Amino acid sequence: MAASTAQVLSLYRKLMKESSKFPSYNYRTYALRRVQDAFRANRSVEDPKMVEQLLNQGRDNLDMIRRQQDNNPTHLQVV
Amino acid sequence: MHIRRFPMNSQINVYAFLTQMTQYYGVTELIKSRELENDELRPLYMDFQATTPMDPRVLDAMLPYQVNYYGNPHSRTHAYGWESESAMEKARKQVADLIAADPREIVFTSGATESNNMSIKLLEETIRQDTSLVSVMTVNNEIGVRQPVEDIGRICRSRNVFFHTDAAQAVGKIPINVSDWKVDLMSISGHKIYGPKGVGALYVRRRPRVRMEPLQNGGGQERGLRSGTVPTPLAVGLGAACDIAQQELEYDHSRVSMLANRLVRKIMSEIPDVVMNGDPEQRYPGCINLSFAYVEGESLLMALKDVALSSGSACTSASLEPSYVLRAIGTDEDLAHSSIRFGIGRFSTEAEVDYTADKCIQQVKRLREMSPLWEMVQEGIDLKSIKWTQH
Repeated sequence: MAASTAQVLSLYRKLMKESSKFPSYNYRTYALRRVQDAFRANRSVEDPKMVEQLLNQGRDNLDMIRRQQDNNPTHLQVV
Repeated sequence: MHIRRFPMNSQINVYAFLTQMTQYYGVTELIKSRELENDELRPLYMDFQATTPMDPRVLDAMLPYQVNYYGNPHSRTHAYGWESESAMEKARKQVADLIAADPREIVFTSGATESNNMSIKLLEETIRQDTSLVSVMTVNNEIGVRQPVEDIGRICRSRNVFFHTDAAQAVGKIPINVSDWKVDLMSISGHKIYGPKGVGALYVRRRPRVRMEPLQNGGGQERGLRSGTVPTPLAVGLGAACDIAQQELEYDHSRVSMLANRLVRKIMSEIPDVVMNGDPEQRYPGCINLSFAYVEGESLLMALKDVALSSGSACTSASLEPSYVLRAIGTDEDLAHSSIRFGIGRFSTEAEVDYTADKCIQQVKRLREMSPLWEMVQEGIDLKSIKWTQH
């Protein structure tokens, strides 16, 4: 199935939403910036195989960020 | 002014909230409110040469091996061992790929210090009349200067001398090719490249062969070069850090360069008599060592207490002597005492750099106001011509 603009935008929104949930200022700003810059850099990619590969990378990153939210809870402090 | 607390677990979009906050309150309050979110005051981190935080992607790769996949990678008889070994070998390849080496040339160690010691021991064991070892840091950790390793490698190869380089500050930050550089031994550190602490690697060339004597004897792991169970989660973390570094090298480099230029230009345009130590061209941009004349380095560090900085390297921070590196490059004694190292890394932001620059400018001005030396300089007195009386 060919990747549509809607799919790309949906992935982008999900990534930005999950990235904004990092409690750590540095991780949060990095994730938001990196996602934005990566999508911008690949804006003009035409080859559908390449697009699919990039989208899969994006989805893997989304899963990773979701998993990591559980590892960065605000109560993770030295006692 | 009173800073309002905003609950972290509310449903608001934190990114939009932060942007709004910046517009209303400015950067200082933004950073302070971030601190209050975590219920403790923590400084901005600008000391990336001392150590680096782990990249979330590295932690993600390591966790399964800390929890469920806990097998010993040297166990040959069951799935726990096989899957752990497979992860370790994958990590080995990731490290090798970053420096254009063969995976068989990578030995996992407990860090760059152990790798360095192993390399020096080689010299003691295999020294002949006509052999010796050259050991050079690729990128210096105090002033960021990059050594001409390609030239050194070429010379060493032509004279049949072993060439070791400690690339702890260079791996993943500048492109490395051990074949082009003609390096025989290279030390790698995990916690300098957003990987875990307690792990590193040593690259040992196979062709032409570098014969090694082990530093640590035991069960014969790592081809007998370094006995001891390889800590799979740490090795996986190092591998993931190297893999990520390879992908992100260009992006990180251009971003760190941009931030470094921003910091230096801002500081140097606002206050006079600031010297950047080290070669301006042959350097890694993320390590900036500045000397502020007529200001004492330690007092400036204390004044900048909400930014985590260092003067000189972490390894020698217990002593009060000025940095041996600055002395070696011929820096004046008084300028050597006035030096601060700013470390910029993957996770640094423009806001942090701007805040650091502003605070630094403000505090240097304040400290200079209090300095009689500065007063004399302002009056046009040449400090070098003063004959200080003895008491």
